[in-house]
Amino acid sequence: MSEAKTLYDKLWDSHIVDEQDDGTCLIYIDRHLVHEVTSPQAFEGMRNEGRKVRRPDLTLAVADHNVPTTDRSLGIEDEESRIQIEALEKNCADFGIELYSMDDIRQGICHVVGPEQGFTLPGTTLVCGDSHTATHGAFGSMSFGIGTSEVEHCLATQTLLLRKCRNMRVTVNGDLPLGITAKDLILAVIGKIGTAGGTGAAIEFAGDAFNSLTMEGRMTVCNMTIEAGARVGLFAPDEKTFEYLKGRPKSPKAGAWEMAVEYWKTLKTDDGAVFDEEVVMEASEIKPQVTWGTSPEDVTSIDGQVPNPADEPDVNRRNKMERSLEYMGLEAGTPMKDIKINTTFIGSCTNSRIEDLRAAAAVAEGRKVADGVRALVVPGSGLIKELAEKEGLDKIFIEAGFEWREAGCSMCLAMNADKLAPGERAASTSNRNFEGRQGPGGRTHLVNPAMAAAAAIAGHLTDVRDLD
Amino acid sequence: MDKFDKLTSVAAPLPLINVDTDMIIPARFLKTIKRTGLGADLFSTLRFNEDGSEREDFVFNKPAYKDAEILVTGENFGCGSSREHAPWALFDFGIKCVIAPSFADIFHNNSFKNGILLIKLPQEDVDKLMEDAKRGANATVSIDLEAQEIKGPDGGTIKFEVDQFKKHCLLNGLDDIELTMKKNDKIDDFEGRQNAAQPW
Repeated sequence: MSEAKTLYDKLWDSHIVDEQDDGTCLIYIDRHLVHEVTSPQAFEGMRNEGRKVRRPDLTLAVADHNVPTTDRSLGIEDEESRIQIEALEKNCADFGIELYSMDDIRQGICHVVGPEQGFTLPGTTLVCGDSHTATHGAFGSMSFGIGTSEVEHCLATQTLLLRKCRNMRVTVNGDLPLGITAKDLILAVIGKIGTAGGTGAAIEFAGDAFNSLTMEGRMTVCNMTIEAGARVGLFAPDEKTFEYLKGRPKSPKAGAWEMAVEYWKTLKTDDGAVFDEEVVMEASEIKPQVTWGTSPEDVTSIDGQVPNPADEPDVNRRNKMERSLEYMGLEAGTPMKDIKINTTFIGSCTNSRIEDLRAAAAVAEGRKVADGVRALVVPGSGLIKELAEKEGLDKIFIEAGFEWREAGCSMCLAMNADKLAPGERAASTSNRNFEGRQGPGGRTHLVNPAMAAAAAIAGHLTDVRDLD
Repeated sequence: MDKFDKLTSVAAPLPLINVDTDMIIPARFLKTIKRTGLGADLFSTLRFNEDGSEREDFVFNKPAYKDAEILVTGENFGCGSSREHAPWALFDFGIKCVIAPSFADIFHNNSFKNGILLIKLPQEDVDKLMEDAKRGANATVSIDLEAQEIKGPDGGTIKFEVDQFKKHCLLNGLDDIELTMKKNDKIDDFEGRQNAAQPW
């Protein structure tokens, strides 16, 4: 009888090509997503060494970080952005890699596109030169972000040299209270374990609250695993996973599909498997979450207040809090609901899927964005945009005063023209509230999509459950 | 990749926790298609005023630290994005070694692949080195990777742990890809087995 294994153990063990004496393993990579920002130097390295891409058929490219979200027929105004996107096009053509170009309806944020196309599958290893690659763990795929040297290594060898992570499980018991979303769950987890709490770990999410989530919700949770320091976040695949993937363009076809599902059903943690660390929380205690500082761990509930650094005993943490409050322009003790905003961003690989847009539209319907607030809705992909338009969500947003944009990363990291001006304050559905993340001097409060829409309408952070 | 064996330098103190990759190199500087030249924008927001002038209070703008090759900083350094532009910017600026109580995972990998040694030490050792570093040009720190030792300005020695494979690669300036390509047969075998078992 073999030892009881975690889901992560199974995924790891099934991809070992070679193990060195010191425990470093050569791990086979089944899927590789490539985007324009972290790949040019890797392709340059390949060219300099005269190397070929080992498995172009397992590699998929899409431009997302730099693309304009306004009228694409006008081209890209920013020269550097244009050069980077043109470099991706040339590299994909030269090395034989499939690319969804900017005017392809399938274009979008790579972590939205992968699952949408059935490129992301349970039981696979999937990498991308982007930390939010953890997203794909929602499907029971061992997926993680890598740097450009590793992008090059993967292009050349279809493998990576890795050390195994420790096993960590986060369980949230109980039913999700009304109005509490996947975003609130993961922000609450980050608030509890901290932004380094998962460093060196692969986190499996378990318990009724997590299991009840849709695939979109699971992707939101796994997406932000990296904000807790963990490169890998995982859900065991189940009927919802199979239902989501069935019939997608790159999913296994009839015949192979049944075989694949049989295998995927074995991808769960065995009874009796031991985790190095367990965290357990109760869903009933989680309220809508909102960040106050400049790290995702700086989070409280919407009925909370800006904390007081004087209450923090650790000097390094106290200094960081003081710095954060100064950057954010906030006074300790201010009720979160009193914080005025002038921008709302609904989008990013965390919250730009159809379910997110529906939730925001349900709040926006029949209401108006407050005076002086700029509100952007940026769908995660061209296909999501198309579906939302079929459902009439675009009209709801536009009538309420939101801007309806083309797909891309947009204001999540402000590499394109969508950014906060210094001192501007946003309610954002993205994943990072770092200093300058959404534009130099910009101030970010992370929230779920319905809360972001509610803030746009109220003109300040507010509890969506209280909206008239 | 450049070899790393011994290093003696002034150490720059940056007593901040959770220094994220957006702070090390903001996203607006990621539009380059080169690995070099990013040092000019390292810690851009901390280093420069809005008009482009230097902020006098920032450590790298103080004369004593302009040539520092070692950075001493707080826990969870390098958290956030996977951008290898962060270690590229550090290296391009001249930083060859970062000492902290902990590092984020992806940044950790990226740094070693670019010849930067990251040394994880207990908080009290980092606190001591931070105090030494604050003494500026009079306090140089020496690092011996082979011996896994740091010598402080007052002669005290601190031993450190390092992943042995990463150490081997740093000491010899080895390129991972070349090493892995020697295992092509094993990769072929794996692909063969996997294609048979999982034909989808």
